Amino acid sequence: MASVNKNALRDYCLRLGDTNLILGHRLSEWCGHGPILEEDIALANIALDLLGQSRIILTYAGEVEGKGRDEDALAYHRDEREYRNLLLVEQPNGDYGQTIMRQFLYSVYTFFLYSELKNSKDKTLSAFAEKSLKEITYHLRHCSGMVIRLGDGTQESHQRMVNAINELWTYTGEMFEMDDVGAELIKAGIAVDVKKIFPLWENKVKEVFKEATLEVPPQNVFMQSGSRKGIHTEHLGYILAEMQVLPRMYPDAKW
Amino acid sequence: MSDKNTQWPLWEVFTQKKAGEPFEHAGSVHAPDKEMALQNARDVYSRRNEATCIWVVPSEQITSSTPEDVGAFFDPANDKIYRHPNFYKTPGVKF
Repeated sequence: MASVNKNALRDYCLRLGDTNLILGHRLSEWCGHGPILEEDIALANIALDLLGQSRIILTYAGEVEGKGRDEDALAYHRDEREYRNLLLVEQPNGDYGQTIMRQFLYSVYTFFLYSELKNSKDKTLSAFAEKSLKEITYHLRHCSGMVIRLGDGTQESHQRMVNAINELWTYTGEMFEMDDVGAELIKAGIAVDVKKIFPLWENKVKEVFKEATLEVPPQNVFMQSGSRKGIHTEHLGYILAEMQVLPRMYPDAKW
Repeated sequence: MSDKNTQWPLWEVFTQKKAGEPFEHAGSVHAPDKEMALQNARDVYSRRNEATCIWVVPSEQITSSTPEDVGAFFDPANDKIYRHPNFYKTPGVKF
């Protein structure tokens, strides 16, 4: 472990942690507004799972960095350009179908990602992956079920799911982007080679879409990119403003 | 229930705390079908480790006695003292 580039490992952790944090925050916006009580609770449960996952991994990012930043410092005292979450998860909730579609695309991804990350040589990451996988397995099951029922539901629910795919698909390519940080850690047996995850993700998405009577968009559509460099869509700033306002106004507040 | 009821069908949820223990009625959930009923029951009634196994049953499949049945159904047991074993324990019976 001594030979591992600490900055690379920290950045890798920030990607995992920030993505879960922002998605958890997005999902929590539904709390009390779900279309039906049971779905409201289901989404709140998923949001809490994601928040818990982000806490573990942001805490670890702070430890790896070694500058005394804890989970709160990382969550509440970084700006947009320092956030490394995937663009997909900062997209607005839209209607319920769009929220479910976003969750489905991401849950399929993390299911396969964490299945691989379980074998990481970094003990914290592998333990994190193993613990999170149980939660993700349920998220995937629930969202797949909803995608199928809404896609193969009424004319309106089907159309809403088609709209959701059109809205979100352009943000899926980023999940499988490679860069120097990833390459270095893959070599060290720490990070997951996302190129290997892609066919698994694609197969699962196709399988569920088929049952949901939804079409997978053609290959080679334009894919958005940027979060690896801290370049985000216009939505992230609003999320951070809401999430960070209290600890920034009262930095010593305890709760 | 009016015709304008847009809720999904109702399901009764039973949870088992530990293997071998009896299932207890936990409450009810709405769901479009049995798989989603199971998931909703999990989300609503096993958030705090209350269950290791869950049953869901369509509420309309449950036949219940009515308050009018109480006299004929249950009162006659009151004076049958010989049916109340109090010198050994009967599983699932609380005195």
